[in-house]
Amino acid sequence: MAQTDSNRAGGGDFVSNLGRIYTLYTGGFFAFVALLAILEQLGVPNKFIGYGFVFLTIAVYAVIGVISRTAEVGEYYVAGRRVPAFYNGMATGADWMSGASFVGMAGTLFLLGYDGLAFVLGWTGGYVLVAILIAPFLRKFGAFTVPDFFAERFGGNFARFLAVIVLVCCSFTYVTAQIYATGIIAQRFLGMDFVVAVYVGLLGILLCSMLGGMKAVTWTQVAQYIVLIVAYLLPVVILSTQKYGIPVPQLTYGQALQDITALEQSLVANGLADAAKLKPHIQPFTTYDPLNFFALIFCLMVGTASLPHILMRYFTTPSVREARASVAWSLFFIFLLYFTAPAYAAFSKLEVYSDVVGRDLNNLREWLFNYGSIGLVKVCGVAATSIDAVKTACGNIAGHPGVLRLQDLAIDPDVIVLSTPEIAGLPYVIAGLVAAGGLAAALSTADGLLLAIANALSHDIYYKMLDKNAPTHRRLIVARILLVLVALGAAYTASTKPADILSMVAWAFSLAAAGIFPALVLGIWWKRATTAGAVLGMILGFGICLYYLVGTRYFAPGFYEMWSFLSNATPAQIAKFAELQAACAADAAKCAEFDKHAQTIANWWGVRNISAALFGLPVGFLTIWVVSLFTPAPSERIQAMVDATRQPAGDTIIRDKDATLPAH
Amino acid sequence: MQQRDGARHWRRTSRLMWTMFALWLFFSFIVHFFVNQLNEIVILGFPLGFYMAAQGSLIAFLVILFTFAKAQDNIDRSEGFAEE
Repeated sequence: MAQTDSNRAGGGDFVSNLGRIYTLYTGGFFAFVALLAILEQLGVPNKFIGYGFVFLTIAVYAVIGVISRTAEVGEYYVAGRRVPAFYNGMATGADWMSGASFVGMAGTLFLLGYDGLAFVLGWTGGYVLVAILIAPFLRKFGAFTVPDFFAERFGGNFARFLAVIVLVCCSFTYVTAQIYATGIIAQRFLGMDFVVAVYVGLLGILLCSMLGGMKAVTWTQVAQYIVLIVAYLLPVVILSTQKYGIPVPQLTYGQALQDITALEQSLVANGLADAAKLKPHIQPFTTYDPLNFFALIFCLMVGTASLPHILMRYFTTPSVREARASVAWSLFFIFLLYFTAPAYAAFSKLEVYSDVVGRDLNNLREWLFNYGSIGLVKVCGVAATSIDAVKTACGNIAGHPGVLRLQDLAIDPDVIVLSTPEIAGLPYVIAGLVAAGGLAAALSTADGLLLAIANALSHDIYYKMLDKNAPTHRRLIVARILLVLVALGAAYTASTKPADILSMVAWAFSLAAAGIFPALVLGIWWKRATTAGAVLGMILGFGICLYYLVGTRYFAPGFYEMWSFLSNATPAQIAKFAELQAACAADAAKCAEFDKHAQTIANWWGVRNISAALFGLPVGFLTIWVVSLFTPAPSERIQAMVDATRQPAGDTIIRDKDATLPAH
Repeated sequence: MQQRDGARHWRRTSRLMWTMFALWLFFSFIVHFFVNQLNEIVILGFPLGFYMAAQGSLIAFLVILFTFAKAQDNIDRSEGFAEE
């Protein structure tokens, strides 16, 4: 590698010692867990163990962030393009797996069974598209941000501006949800006030990213990945060993699946479950119909290949070849978590079906009340705070047999991962470890998203559009100020607990897919794609996607009336719509119910709004194709540039005047 | 160095892309169309249809990605377009 010689002075020592540094770090982390375990045995209260985990891990991330500070534009935006494929894969894994993946994924699988696997598939398969269609070419291109590519390929700042709009739309709600997740985890494990916890999380995020930009975020994300994967695997490995004697839960849960299926039948036979409401765990299409199941997989995959905070991670590798290898490593590290999540779900379900349901109400398991007291477990419609509360509530249900039935129990999805240590009877230190892992997942994703937004604003809007002659130090100061402002905005939004924002996170995938994917892929793979085509394709694809999302969610009655001929509403639903509409006109209090019903039938061909890109993508591709054929072909210069993008050899296409990046 | 032919390099690159794309299509969607039939087969307790969505396709994606990285690298080298 020619580039390592020329860069030995600029942090090359650190990069050549990565293996030793992170092995030491991992060993240190295990020693730290062992130390806390010993302290717990010596009688140190749980609260201190929890604080120890959270503050020490955040302190380590912050130290890495501060050590990695930089005054170099190339280091700040693309980590000096020196991150080896393997480590970039780890960093991408942490970047990708959010607090929700860590805490909520297993719970979703618990609730939905087979249908939940749409998320497992959708959030992994997209990396194939990243590798074969996009990442290596963007690396060769030499962009600092995703909008950089749009500007060079599609005639300047208008295309750049559109890309920035899409980027900010899909990333801001997402980062807000991450900061919200850090607040929830800190609140739950440390008993902190939620708003205080949000700002503490914010401080952790800023310390990691502000001084060192991409360079600092990369090396903290690697550290965060190690914490999160250890925290995710350890409890379920112990549980698998306890139950089946083999420490590979991904293999042993096959037996659990068989037991679950048998229990499902016996619960129904014994009157402990309602046959109409029980969703057999392995039976497909109980929640989503096949159209929505596959549409969801498709939109999540294409969305993965379009999310800027993921794509920009591949700008940091030393070469095009390493960018490709890095995508493969990314999926490997993501795979470790995602192929374990179904095991968590199966073990928890087995526990609930065999040892929770069917118990006498006087004799319920202790952990139900631990989570019931914070409102995450409900029995007979009330939070399971105490035996008396549960007995009173169930007593009010006519014909209740006095033992817990499946339909009496409502478990929040987040409980599945969080409660596994208690179900397995493990010491508190493991629960603290899980909290630290969830926090690492949320913080690392927030770092990546924040950087994507702030870099688009500072590099694309400020430097490229407003002040092309800005000197290096001013560019970096502006970048940092914008980072802090965006972070504060996201933290403030999170602190107001906006229910809508949180449910809108899933929209980010469809918005990114519809707005970015067609122009990006055709820009690389079709020389004939023109500026007019791309610009119109982005506007129409993104526009139709946004229209569908907002229309079906916030203006459902109007949307339904306008498009009733495309809706999949049954005659009964149509009759109910008319009935509730009349009720709403007579009494405004009935309008909420009317709107809720309208949301279930406001659709095109029954497609759920989470899969809105199913419409946005074809519109985007078609528009670019048709408009390009009607407009003059791109110039010789652009076509030559596309050719050069496709060939790994040679210099990057764009070079930043302030960046001293390695040449090949 | 042999004669470099950008068009031929791109043809081979495209062909590899379409091959991988077809494999992606198969493991993302087509195999799961047959989930009910596959569920008839049970290995180590796993109904095969469920297993494919929970692990099988994921392992296939991993193999696709590492194979792709290697194959594209071979194309770049043999056509003379590899990096130093």
